[in-house]
Amino acid sequence: MTGTIDKPRLSRAHALELLKQMVRIRRFEEKCYELYTQEKIRGFLHLYDGEEAVAVGVIPVLEPRDRIVATYREHGQALVRGVPMTTALAEMYGKQEGCSRGRGGSMHLFDSATNFYGGNAIVGGGLPLAIGLALADHLCGDDIVTACFFGDGAVAEGEFHESLNLAALWSLPVLFVCENNLYGMGTALTLAESETDLHLKAQSYRLTSEAVDGMDVVAVEAAARRAVRAVRETGKPYFLECRTYRIRAHSMFDAQLYRDKAEVEAWRQKEPIVRFRGWLEANHMIHPEEEARIEAEVAAEIAAAVAFAEAGTWEPVEHLTRFTYAEKAS
Amino acid sequence: MLQRPAEAKETTYREAVREAIRDALARDQRVFLMGEDVGRYGGCYAVTKGLLAEFGPERIRDTPLSESGFTGAGIGAAMAGMRPIVELMTVNFSLLALDQILNNAATIRHMSGNQFGVPLVIRLATGAGRQVAAQHSHSLEGWYAHIPGIKVLAPATIEDARGMLWTALEDPDPVLIFENVMLYNMTGKLTADAGPVDIDKAAVRRAGRDITLITYGGSLWKTLDAATALANEGIEAEIVDLRTLRPLDDETIMASVTKTRRAVIVDEGWRSGSLAAEICTRVVEQAFWELDAPIGRVCSEEVPMPYARHLEQAAMPQVPKIVAAAKAALGRG
Repeated sequence: MTGTIDKPRLSRAHALELLKQMVRIRRFEEKCYELYTQEKIRGFLHLYDGEEAVAVGVIPVLEPRDRIVATYREHGQALVRGVPMTTALAEMYGKQEGCSRGRGGSMHLFDSATNFYGGNAIVGGGLPLAIGLALADHLCGDDIVTACFFGDGAVAEGEFHESLNLAALWSLPVLFVCENNLYGMGTALTLAESETDLHLKAQSYRLTSEAVDGMDVVAVEAAARRAVRAVRETGKPYFLECRTYRIRAHSMFDAQLYRDKAEVEAWRQKEPIVRFRGWLEANHMIHPEEEARIEAEVAAEIAAAVAFAEAGTWEPVEHLTRFTYAEKAS
Repeated sequence: MLQRPAEAKETTYREAVREAIRDALARDQRVFLMGEDVGRYGGCYAVTKGLLAEFGPERIRDTPLSESGFTGAGIGAAMAGMRPIVELMTVNFSLLALDQILNNAATIRHMSGNQFGVPLVIRLATGAGRQVAAQHSHSLEGWYAHIPGIKVLAPATIEDARGMLWTALEDPDPVLIFENVMLYNMTGKLTADAGPVDIDKAAVRRAGRDITLITYGGSLWKTLDAATALANEGIEAEIVDLRTLRPLDDETIMASVTKTRRAVIVDEGWRSGSLAAEICTRVVEQAFWELDAPIGRVCSEEVPMPYARHLEQAAMPQVPKIVAAAKAALGRG
């Protein structure tokens, strides 16, 4: 932690905000887990536990006009970007007040107000979209950055390679954010890739790339600042590999036969909230009452989100086929 | 008030498509074309020849052989407000982009609760007859017509080749346009003021009282020839050109079948699970009591398209097969 944390701009207020955003995601997802066991949320539920520093380090660095493409493990990205917790949770309930009107669920949170182009549940499927969003901005001459999140599993897909090549070939303003959590579902990176140093693959397409400790929110933010500035100033793509770990199961159906409990426990000790909070405490940058205040504020927000989702309504079945095509203005 | 008819000039289907693209690029700065060899090469079927010099490499964009990548890029650009035309060299190659077409283009409006649309046009060459064998010759438009969220067009005439593109670009949802490779060299008259056409309705290309022949794309012209042969035997066939394969214009189909009481469907796709099967079912569902005979189908044989010319021709719908199917439906087989 030391070294990267010694950034001059890490004011106390900013440090507390970073902590709060990570706690916000963690507590929200803990509630989601609970609601899943109560069958309020169904389908797939992919939790971000352990990876919060990536979304919290990268997304606040973006401007409102920038664009985000995410994966099916996107609750954290959505919340940090500003998708309201209320409509995100209502979406997971399947209510029509949900941010995708109950058509998408946990894996497909969309929000046009924040340029959040969705959770994409085809591994690698979001990368070509990001190319297209950035191509539009390139053609229009707009200095907009498209941040595209994907996991290490996507690196094995053809769409990853096609997209990195197109971004570099056409000089498109894409920030590729690889969330390397060491597993593609239950298959370890070492069983999936001949080259496990993933950011090197980007270099073979002539992208500027770097790997960063994805468990260190300050390091991620510092790298994201470099990367976003580079993309905006040059209009060229940049590849940021965030080395992280998924502490919980892949989804709610995962018995985790593919990894040892000791491995998970070791990562639990280095997870980003424990680490950052510990550092703040050691450096006397946070008071216990501030931690309590953060927890209380987050708990209140979650309670409001649950109330909103519970009060939400079911879309009438007569509306089933709406939004398959655009509706003509009447 | 009478209008002087605009002067008609001889043109090809290929030139009509090119003119449609040129017109769209000139009308709307948001329109650009991308695909394999569309620029410097001039298009695999020479459709886009000359456009690079006219519009430059940003708007006539050569792509690497990355069908999924550049189709997805078209989807993303459309979501960001552009009006891209993506060219996929053949329908067989489109399978490399099927993930993007089905999982993104067709789903995003619904999956996002109507927050994002994909106003993208994809052009694809389809069909057999050029002896390019089993990886370049298939007619998979019926597969695509299975997918909610996209529209599927099959321009069979020069007017539709010229006119459907702009209407498709104005559509807020993804539209796939299938151009039959055997039509590119077809010549015909096109008036100088030819412009956009509707993409909602089927067209009756020949009126008749005895039987309805329902077809689209490259098979239209074989079906018209079959109708001429049938007329020589005193059988007057009505021909419905579907034009739009999704959504189907049930109204025009049922009106014709109700009038003639007999139908044969001509479809270059494979028979099993085909568009012809869908149309047959709809007629049975909606006009069963109007029918005087079982519905006939002329489809491609269930074999990967062979190279040898006589085998390839035998695999496709042909005039004698259409004539025989029509006569069978009339009890004159």
